Amino acid sequence: MPEQLIFGMEVFLNGLMAGVLYALVALGFVLIYKASGIFNYAQGVMALFSALTLVGIMEGQVPFGHLINAIFGTEIHGFGWHVPAFAAILLTMGVMILLAVIVQKCVFRHLVGQEPIILFMATIGLAYFLEGVGDIMWGSEIKKLDVGLPQGINTLIDETTFGWFGYGFFIDNLDIVATVIAALLVTALVIFAQYTKQGRAMRAVADDHQAALSVGISLNFVWVMVWSVAGFVALVAGIMWGTKSGVQFSLSLIALKALPVLMLGGFTSIPGAIVGGLIIGVGEKLFEFAIGPMVGGATENWFAYVLALIFLVFRPQGLFGEKIIERV
Amino acid sequence: MFYREAGDFKTSYKEDNQTFPIKFDRYRYYAVMFLAFAVVPFIVNDYWVNAIFLPFLIYSIAAIGLNILTGYCGQVSLGTGGFMAVGAYACYKLMTVFPEVSIIIHVLLAGGVTAFVCILFGLPSLRIKGFYLAVATLAAQFFLVWLFNRVPWFYNYSASGQINSPERTVLDIAVTGPNTDAWAKYMFCLVFLTFCALVARNLTRGSVGRKWMAIRDMDIAAEIIGVNPLKAKISAFGVSGFFVGIAGALLFAVYLGAAEAGDSFGITKSFLVLFMIIIGGLGSIFGSFAGAAFLVLLPVLLKNVLVGTLGWPTDLAAHFEFIIVGGLIITFLILEPHGLAQLWRVAKEKLRLWPFPH
Repeated sequence: MPEQLIFGMEVFLNGLMAGVLYALVALGFVLIYKASGIFNYAQGVMALFSALTLVGIMEGQVPFGHLINAIFGTEIHGFGWHVPAFAAILLTMGVMILLAVIVQKCVFRHLVGQEPIILFMATIGLAYFLEGVGDIMWGSEIKKLDVGLPQGINTLIDETTFGWFGYGFFIDNLDIVATVIAALLVTALVIFAQYTKQGRAMRAVADDHQAALSVGISLNFVWVMVWSVAGFVALVAGIMWGTKSGVQFSLSLIALKALPVLMLGGFTSIPGAIVGGLIIGVGEKLFEFAIGPMVGGATENWFAYVLALIFLVFRPQGLFGEKIIERV
Repeated sequence: MFYREAGDFKTSYKEDNQTFPIKFDRYRYYAVMFLAFAVVPFIVNDYWVNAIFLPFLIYSIAAIGLNILTGYCGQVSLGTGGFMAVGAYACYKLMTVFPEVSIIIHVLLAGGVTAFVCILFGLPSLRIKGFYLAVATLAAQFFLVWLFNRVPWFYNYSASGQINSPERTVLDIAVTGPNTDAWAKYMFCLVFLTFCALVARNLTRGSVGRKWMAIRDMDIAAEIIGVNPLKAKISAFGVSGFFVGIAGALLFAVYLGAAEAGDSFGITKSFLVLFMIIIGGLGSIFGSFAGAAFLVLLPVLLKNVLVGTLGWPTDLAAHFEFIIVGGLIITFLILEPHGLAQLWRVAKEKLRLWPFPH
C-alpha cells in the first residue's frame, strides 16, 4: 500500500475522532434550538464555565478568591481539600442546573416573543457575562483537568496496524473514550426524548409552543430542563476538551467551530449534528493534510466555515434540516 | 416649548426636505459641528485623542457601516473584523505602491476594495437568511484573517508579518506615522466621520434606505411590492463594506500605526462593533455614535475607577468589564431592544409636549 494512502487513513481516523468532539458541542445547540428557538451562542462558554467549575471544585479553590483578596486585602487561596472527580462532577452538574434556572428566570422569561435575532444577541451577552464570572470566580490562568480518563497513544491499534501495514497509527485513547461517551450520550438523549414524560413534553414544546401550553405543559419547566440538559452536554464537552488541551479561554472558541457543523447538519436535527460534526472533522483534517502545505498551512481555521458556506448556497436548510417554507 | 415644529414654516421644497426639520435639532447639529471642528482640536492633548477621541471616531464609522447592513437591511454580519482588515491591508498596499498619491484617495479606495469583498461574501445572503447568514459571514472573518497572515504579498514580505503605516501628509501636515500631532489625527478622522455620517444619513432617508428597511421588515412582502432583493441586499453589503473599510484603514493607518491581522482584526472586533450597534440602537445613525461612545468610554471609565481609585489588579478589572458589558447587553435587550437611540427618541417626544401635559 502506498505510504500517502496509509497516512491519509490515519488522518481520516483522527478527523473522525475530532468530529465527534465537534458534534458533542453542536448537540447542545440543537437541543436548545429545538425546544425554545433560541440559538445559544453561549454553549461554548458554558462548556468553559463548567470545566472551570469542575477544576475549581476538585482543587478546592475558593470561589471569587481573587476578588475577595483584592477587596479585603486577605490572602486566601483554597480550602485545602481535594474532592474526588465523581463527586465534583455531580456538584458541577448542580451548578449548571442552578445556572439554567437563573438564565431562564432572569433573562429569557423576559424575552419571550422577541425576534430570534434579539434572543441570539442576548445569548452573546450571556456568553460575555459567563466568561467574566468564570474568570473572576476561578481565575483565568490555564488549568489542567484530570478526571481519570485514559490518555496517550492506544498501543493496541498501534500494534495491530503496524502488523497490517508496517506503520503504526497514532490514535489517542482519550479520543476513543470521547467517541464512546458521545455515542452513549446520544443514545441516552434519544431515549430520554422518546420514552419519558419529560422528553415528550420537550418535543411537544419544540413542535408548537401554544398547543403545548394548552394541554397543560409548563413552558418554564421545559425550558429550564432543556437548559440543564444543554448544561450537562456542555459539561461533558468541557471535560473532553479540557482533558485534551487544558481548561483555557480558547475552549469557548470551539463553540464557533460547532456553528458550521450545525449549518451542515441543519439546526433542528440531532443526527444532523453528528453527521455534520464527522464531515467537518474529517474534511478539515484531510484538507490540511492534502492541500494545507501548498497554501501555507493552518487551513483548519477557516476550512469548516467556507465548506459550510459553499454547501449552504446549494442547500440552505442543511443536510437533515426541515425545509423552510415561507409565506407572507 | 422650544422643541417643536409649530411656527417653523417651510416655504420651499428644499427646506421641507432638509435633514433636520426641527429648528432646535438643526441648531444643535451646527453647535456640535462647531464644537468638533473649531473648539476640540485646540484643546485636546495626546492622551485624550488616543484614549477616547480616535477610537470613538473610527468605531463610529464602523458602527454606521454595520448598522446599515444589520440595522437597516436586517442582514446580521459577524465578519466586521475581517472586512476592517481588508480596508487596512488595502490601504497599506496602496500607500506603499503609490506613495505619491494623497492618503485621502487611498483611504477612499480602501473603502471601495472592501465594498467589493463585502459584496462577494454577501452574495450567499440571497439564498440564506438569519443565523445561517451570520455563520456564513464568520467564514469571511476567519478566511480573510488567515489570508492576510499567510500570504506574504499582503504585508510586503516584512519579517515580522506586521504592516506599518509610513508617514503621509495632507496639506503638508503629517497625518500618519510616528511624528503626527494629536490634533492632526483627530481632524483627519473627523473629516471622514462627518463625510460618512452625512452620506449614511441621507442614504437611509431616501429610497435606497426605504428599500433596505422593507427587506429587513419582511423580505417576501418587499419583493411583492417591487423591491428587488438582489439590488437591495447587495447595495447594503456594498455601502456597509465601504464604511467598514474606511474604518479599518483609519484604524490601522492613523490610530494603531502598526497592525497584525489576527491581533487587530480578530473576531472580538466583530463582536465589539456588533455590541456597539445593539447598545446604541439598531437602525439609527445616532445610535451608532451613542453605542461607539458608550463602549469606548466604558473601559476607560472602569479602568480609572477600579484600578485607579480602588486599586484592584488590572486583570480583575478586565474580567469585570466582560461581566458589565455582557450584563448591560442583556439588560438593554430586555428593557429597551432598540437601544440608546430609542431613549433619545422617547426623550424628544416628551420634549415636544413639554411643559404641557398633553
